[in-house]
Amino acid sequence: MQKKLQVEAIEQGSVIDHIPAQQGVKILKFFNFTKTNEKITIGLNLATESGESKDLIKIENTFFNDKQANQLALFAPNATINQIKDFKVVNKFKVQLPSSFIDVLSCPNSNCISHNEPVQSRFYVKQKQTLKLKCHYCEKSFERSTFDELD
Amino acid sequence: MNNPLYQKNIISIADLSRSDLELILETAHSLKQTPQPTLLNNKVIASCFFEASTRTRLSFETAVQRLGGSVIGFDSGGNTSLAQKGETLADSVKVISSYADAFFMRHPQEGAARLASEFTSVPVINGGDGSNQHPTQTLLDLFTIYETQARLDKLNIAFVGDLKYGRTVHSLAQALSLFDCNFYFISPEALAMPDYIIEELTERNISFSLHSSIEEVVDELDILYMTRVQKERFDETEYQHMKSAFLLNASMLGNVKDNLKVLHPLPRIDEIDQDVDSTSYAYYFQQAQNGVFARQALLALLLTNHFQAKP
Repeated sequence: MQKKLQVEAIEQGSVIDHIPAQQGVKILKFFNFTKTNEKITIGLNLATESGESKDLIKIENTFFNDKQANQLALFAPNATINQIKDFKVVNKFKVQLPSSFIDVLSCPNSNCISHNEPVQSRFYVKQKQTLKLKCHYCEKSFERSTFDELD
Repeated sequence: MNNPLYQKNIISIADLSRSDLELILETAHSLKQTPQPTLLNNKVIASCFFEASTRTRLSFETAVQRLGGSVIGFDSGGNTSLAQKGETLADSVKVISSYADAFFMRHPQEGAARLASEFTSVPVINGGDGSNQHPTQTLLDLFTIYETQARLDKLNIAFVGDLKYGRTVHSLAQALSLFDCNFYFISPEALAMPDYIIEELTERNISFSLHSSIEEVVDELDILYMTRVQKERFDETEYQHMKSAFLLNASMLGNVKDNLKVLHPLPRIDEIDQDVDSTSYAYYFQQAQNGVFARQALLALLLTNHFQAKP
């Protein structure tokens, strides 16, 4: 089978691979990449060997710190981040689900005190498979799909 | 000897270990046997009810006064700067706690007590935060079970009524899961114990079973914990059809164990017939009185480092 380059190579920066389809645009928005001047190449609904679709993001001159890499797990728990220098992969790592998320998500419980007070939201990972998070304040647990990200 | 609860917050029953719970119950027992009317002399306790309450507030304020402390506070949130001027809860508790040695609060929003504890330097006791936690109710329930059965292990305990929405039964079942008890959950299917509690009990290998009437299991029980099935949750015909399975009267207690005690967080409506009140099994009014001793125990432990419970 003829191999095709699905997305253009970059000289220096990061490639985020294995993003579930539909999550790529959310990641761009979450990390404010929609407001950067760096060159970004994004692939949506790319075919994978297993027959499923994935998204992929390449962003020039941008590298993820550990905290950002962990936050990626909220959108893409199996993503890999490739660090590119001189068109070569110099480092490759899988995102790790952290034990908590601080100031990233809004509590789905509308009666939770965290909404109107001067505090950072905080959630603990209660279950990894079908990600479930427990609110530090209201102590209620919710599946990832019910959360909105903070603005 | 230092006690591990000195200057701690009491926010959620899940924050307390088995040994913490045992210390609180021993202290409550000691204070019931041997009153300490000067233990909190010169201490000021803030009693802040951002939402109205009758038993919890009165029992807490009684506990403070029985230990010789003084109370400041308010009994509904409507007159506070928080409600009238839009002050944050964080600012409110920061100021109030600077006046007091401890802070007892009820609030209609979940997480309020946890948040308050992050903005105060004095211990916070949660007296109920929305539908979340009411740890002092759980402590008085545990104390009553301990007092009537002389242990918390290996008891047969039935929970009856609204097990879906009742935070009281959720917290009590979670606390008792630290002890090796056998649970019976008796409720209409629509008001069954929520999945997250069932999952927690399963993870801890706690034995439990589900039932559709009190009479199925009443003769095996040590504790029968009643709560109300709210009529509003059903249509009239459905309610009339199933309500009798969750109502208790004296004639159902003919073959029960001698040590059985019937508990209820109160107020009751019709789920316990008044003819049960005069039996030796009724203990719900003593249970309500125990709220004072359980809250005294918390105050004694949070505010005095050297108080020793007498066995």
